[in-house]
Amino acid sequence: MKTAVIVFPGSNCDRDLAVAFEAATGTKPAMVWHRETSLPDGIDLIGVPGGFSYGDYLRSGAMAAQSPVMKAVAEAADQGRYVLGICNGFQVLTETGLLPGALMRNAGIKFVSRDVGLTVGNSQSAFTSRYEMGQSITIPVAHHDGNYFADDATLERLEGEGRVAFRYAEEVNGSARNIAGILNESGNVLGMMPHPERAAEEAHGNVDGRALFSALAGLA
Amino acid sequence: MKARVFVTLKNGVLDPQGKAIHHALEGLGFNGVNDVRAGKLIELDLADDVTDASIEEMCKKLLANTVIENFRIERV
Repeated sequence: MKTAVIVFPGSNCDRDLAVAFEAATGTKPAMVWHRETSLPDGIDLIGVPGGFSYGDYLRSGAMAAQSPVMKAVAEAADQGRYVLGICNGFQVLTETGLLPGALMRNAGIKFVSRDVGLTVGNSQSAFTSRYEMGQSITIPVAHHDGNYFADDATLERLEGEGRVAFRYAEEVNGSARNIAGILNESGNVLGMMPHPERAAEEAHGNVDGRALFSALAGLA
Repeated sequence: MKARVFVTLKNGVLDPQGKAIHHALEGLGFNGVNDVRAGKLIELDLADDVTDASIEEMCKKLLANTVIENFRIERV
């Protein structure tokens, strides 16, 4: 499996994500700068990392969503390539329209940085196939704008189609229906606020995120 | 020519910042504030031939996220 990690000015989890991709796939990902207009040939999985792209100016992810490389990412997603957006990457994916809804300021105003309990809401997707449905896992979050919002019709659709991949098992940020991560309609794009790449090796003290990367690595 | 774009959260969308401002005003002893909604004001300095339709396009494409926000354009 060939992977790529997108790098925006202000990304700060790009290297962590690259390490997790490499550990799972055995191959170094291509690091792709935001000004690139195309991705390297044959990329199967694209990571949109966490951080503060463009300083979170205007809205988190809003400027990054307009960057040249995101056109290429959207095309790749249309072709069925896998796209994983974590934290700021999730915000970027909602701003580009690859995922529905929006991520707003945390209901409690404060930046939240701690381990949180999650419940797996779908174990059939390419991203979550190595988890059990309803499994409880712990993954760290670190965000200011993680309060997921979508209109009721969209929320009903997400629930009905099994597209809520992860749900907070506790109150974290005011997210609608405790949504922590969602899939697109075709199931090849996942956006999530928690950071599985920070819970992917023994040295992290927690390997609950590893199954996500190994599931993806097992696809090709 | 200048234009002002007012970006505000849609009705029904929770505004944690507005809430915090509201609490702070109450803490300062200002009574009678029923609710606070915080938004953004974006000032555009534009060439004379920029059309209303083009400003609207700017709002839809970047300045506002129409999933959660409304915008209003005011030519100055």
